[in-house]
Amino acid sequence: MYRFASFDEPLLNKLPQRKTKISTQSPHIPEKLRRSSPPKIPNLEEQQVVRHFFRLSQMNYGIENGTYPLGSCTMKYNPKVCEDIAGWREFTDIHPYQDESTFQGTLQILYELEELLKKITGMDAFTFQPSAGAHGEFLGMLLVRAYHELRGEDRNEIIIPDTAHGTNPASAKMAGFEVMEIPSNSEGTVDLEALEKVLSDRTAAFMLTNPNTLGIFEDRILDIERMVHDAGALLYYDGANLNAILGIARPGDMGFDIVHLNLHKTFATPHGGGGPGSGPVGVKKLLEDFLPVPRIRKKGDRYILDYDLPHTVGKIRDFYGNIEVCIKAYVYLLMMGRRIKDVAEISVLNSNYMKEKLKRSGFFDFPHRDLKKHEFVMSCQRLKEEKGLRALDIAKRLLDYGLYPPTIYFPLIVKEAIMIEPTETETKEDLDRYVDALISIAEEDPDIVRSSPTKTPVKRIDEAYAVRNEILTWKDI
Amino acid sequence: MPFIPNLSLKEEMLKEIGLKDIEELFSDIPEEVRIKDLDLPEPLSEEEVVKRLREIARKNRPFPDLLSFLGGGVKPHYVPSAVKHIISRSEFYTSYTPYQPEASQGYLQAMFEYQSVISELTGMDISNCSLYDMSTSLGEAVRMGYRINRRKKVLIPRSISWERKSTLKNYIKGLPVDLVEIEYDRESGKLNLEDLEDKIDGDTLCLYIENPNFFGIFEEDVDEISSIVHERGSILIVGVDLLSLALVKPPGEYGADIVISEGRTYGTPMNMGGSSLGIFACRKEYLRNIPGRIIGLTHDLDGNRAFCMTLQTREQHIRREKATSNICTNEALNALALLVYLSILGSEGLVKIAKKNLENARLLHDRLVSLPWFKPRFKGSFFNEFVLESTQDVFYMNRELLKRNIMGGLPLEVSFPELKNCLLFGITEVYDDKDVDMLIRSIKEVYHV
Repeated sequence: MYRFASFDEPLLNKLPQRKTKISTQSPHIPEKLRRSSPPKIPNLEEQQVVRHFFRLSQMNYGIENGTYPLGSCTMKYNPKVCEDIAGWREFTDIHPYQDESTFQGTLQILYELEELLKKITGMDAFTFQPSAGAHGEFLGMLLVRAYHELRGEDRNEIIIPDTAHGTNPASAKMAGFEVMEIPSNSEGTVDLEALEKVLSDRTAAFMLTNPNTLGIFEDRILDIERMVHDAGALLYYDGANLNAILGIARPGDMGFDIVHLNLHKTFATPHGGGGPGSGPVGVKKLLEDFLPVPRIRKKGDRYILDYDLPHTVGKIRDFYGNIEVCIKAYVYLLMMGRRIKDVAEISVLNSNYMKEKLKRSGFFDFPHRDLKKHEFVMSCQRLKEEKGLRALDIAKRLLDYGLYPPTIYFPLIVKEAIMIEPTETETKEDLDRYVDALISIAEEDPDIVRSSPTKTPVKRIDEAYAVRNEILTWKDI
Repeated sequence: MPFIPNLSLKEEMLKEIGLKDIEELFSDIPEEVRIKDLDLPEPLSEEEVVKRLREIARKNRPFPDLLSFLGGGVKPHYVPSAVKHIISRSEFYTSYTPYQPEASQGYLQAMFEYQSVISELTGMDISNCSLYDMSTSLGEAVRMGYRINRRKKVLIPRSISWERKSTLKNYIKGLPVDLVEIEYDRESGKLNLEDLEDKIDGDTLCLYIENPNFFGIFEEDVDEISSIVHERGSILIVGVDLLSLALVKPPGEYGADIVISEGRTYGTPMNMGGSSLGIFACRKEYLRNIPGRIIGLTHDLDGNRAFCMTLQTREQHIRREKATSNICTNEALNALALLVYLSILGSEGLVKIAKKNLENARLLHDRLVSLPWFKPRFKGSFFNEFVLESTQDVFYMNRELLKRNIMGGLPLEVSFPELKNCLLFGITEVYDDKDVDMLIRSIKEVYHV
């Protein structure tokens, strides 16, 4: 069983520092601008720094420490060779404004990655500029806006199901849209009547995740597509859950006009503790001319950066995107090739396997349709009522079993929700261990569960204190 | 098949959950949308993929094989080996956002330290723990400004990069605000204060300045600028080069309300411009309006020191469309790289490197203007980038230099038509006299001297 190391590691500025005499004066800085004393960055020896961060790393849990079944996050194994290749100096030591003839290799990778993603999703063109999924959503919303504006249509509403990721409504709002939320039905899918009611000539787009965040496939997708397009609106695909249908079905064939993908989820690039990610956006032909510049094109055997795009929305960040993340995803895809279908099949099998075993245990409830895709959401509402165990308690207790907890309290429509996404890279033994741990927790003395975790570097944390006291830098202590 | 251990256990697992065929798991996907023929290549082995990528990599010419003197905000800096080693600890780079603080104390402490060093460098009260890049930081800063004062006029210098301007325009598309550009002084290259006085008014949301600015020049008159902005009750947003802050007065000391910066190349390579690190710091009174994650110090049940994400009610996963920003995934690992980079350098190393940048820039500048084809375009003092005007066609010169494995300065006339034949040069501490010699020699060759 995994055990955290635990250190009483001081803050960097409390480590013993060497004595220094530093002058910040320079004749080349205008007098009015000179800094009077050096910034208070501690002066340490390399081995102190390395040991400090090594110790911190040991108080952190990553996918290589063990199972990490965060729902909607697709925490799969990140192949090492992808890291190595993306770290080659031929790729890293490139200036974005070098002549394009001197980074033909990287352009080839981006061009070929675009071709691969087009085939996987059924879209007609991709941009790699978004730095993350939410950034891709924001770009998607800008495209929706530009498209309707050019057609002279005044459409200001984005429809979103109540199961959507929080980034969906936030991105729509950032691009200046009003957000209309619609409920899900008892199956856990889009309520078509509710959709019909809100669709109008004010509707700019409908944002949908498929399979949705309940892990359920929107099987009425073609009806949804027809309704949305009949209303003159666009259909947007949140690609967070693409893992479930890789090689099996394509958002492009379902009628989606815009998709964003998360390379740091579906295509095995590491999440980095919060980034860098990459959120490429793919579109159908009708939106291609609105994409950010530059586009990468192939002319003969040369790759070029094309800035000549009539209706481009311009830029959403500097330069071309999080390039090293794209390189890692490209390497991963070359290694998977047409076998990505296995990714979908086994991720869905693993998820249904866990769901079925947990269902048989009788401790948890499984609302909505029984057949799940790559993730499932269960409720521990009964455990809360009978034993006073909340989803939060169960999550914290899992840490004592050396396991990373699932996503909890999301989607918002399931009470005491526990959202599990095992991915395809866990062994059956890993899945069994996780299921056994959940069952064992449900059977445990609730007082023990409620006072967990006890085997982590710190015990349960007082988050309210942090909000009240606003200690946000070492100066505040 | 690699990375899919249960592939060989498919039958066994299906049987255990009472299914016969894997197809049953996909019975909810309508036939009409099923892929009939998956058009993807055969998988490559790890060895094959390495071989293939070696061939592709050969088509790139990295620094310093291609010796670049490009300015424009990105330049190579030396990254100590320890940085890569630490950020490659898989406990860090394979973790997710620290939603479970008890299992993420290491990263959380590091991000608290990151917020602390950013606050030290910029002289601001608080920092978030990263946005995507400096341009998106500018977009978020203006959006935050709008939440604070609800004014309509956004002032920016005409002399910012076109990419940043375009990004900003997109970030404020959803707001009822107008962008107004402030001219630069054609002689000094600094912000034109008269134009600022003319355009600023009681409905001005903010003024954004860069220091050093896009032309590499220090905005000396920051105190005056700050008074002009604050007299109108507007917000002063300052974009800085982090390294310059080793020697330059932190914006907090001259009244900046929000400070943004780019962390790319300080601890991470150029990577063709990405990934990046958007730095965002501000005054504490704006705390509840900040975009992005913030780490706070607290304690656990036993009273031990602990860290957690805090003030999450600003964020999209809780507030949805009412959130301060849509950002979720940020640039955490690059923030960690910057923190480790700064920890290894210390203030001593940082000051030393900043001085080396100043000296190298003067060396390059003086050597270039000693040639008959260049003269300084602006009079203002500069950090590690500067603009020279050439008597020659700079595109021709750059093409010829490229044949000699050199990238000359960045031609500015594409974005600034009035700066015909002007080049933005950049240099850092990783260059030495020989590199400068090679550039000078090559330019002479181009003109057959």
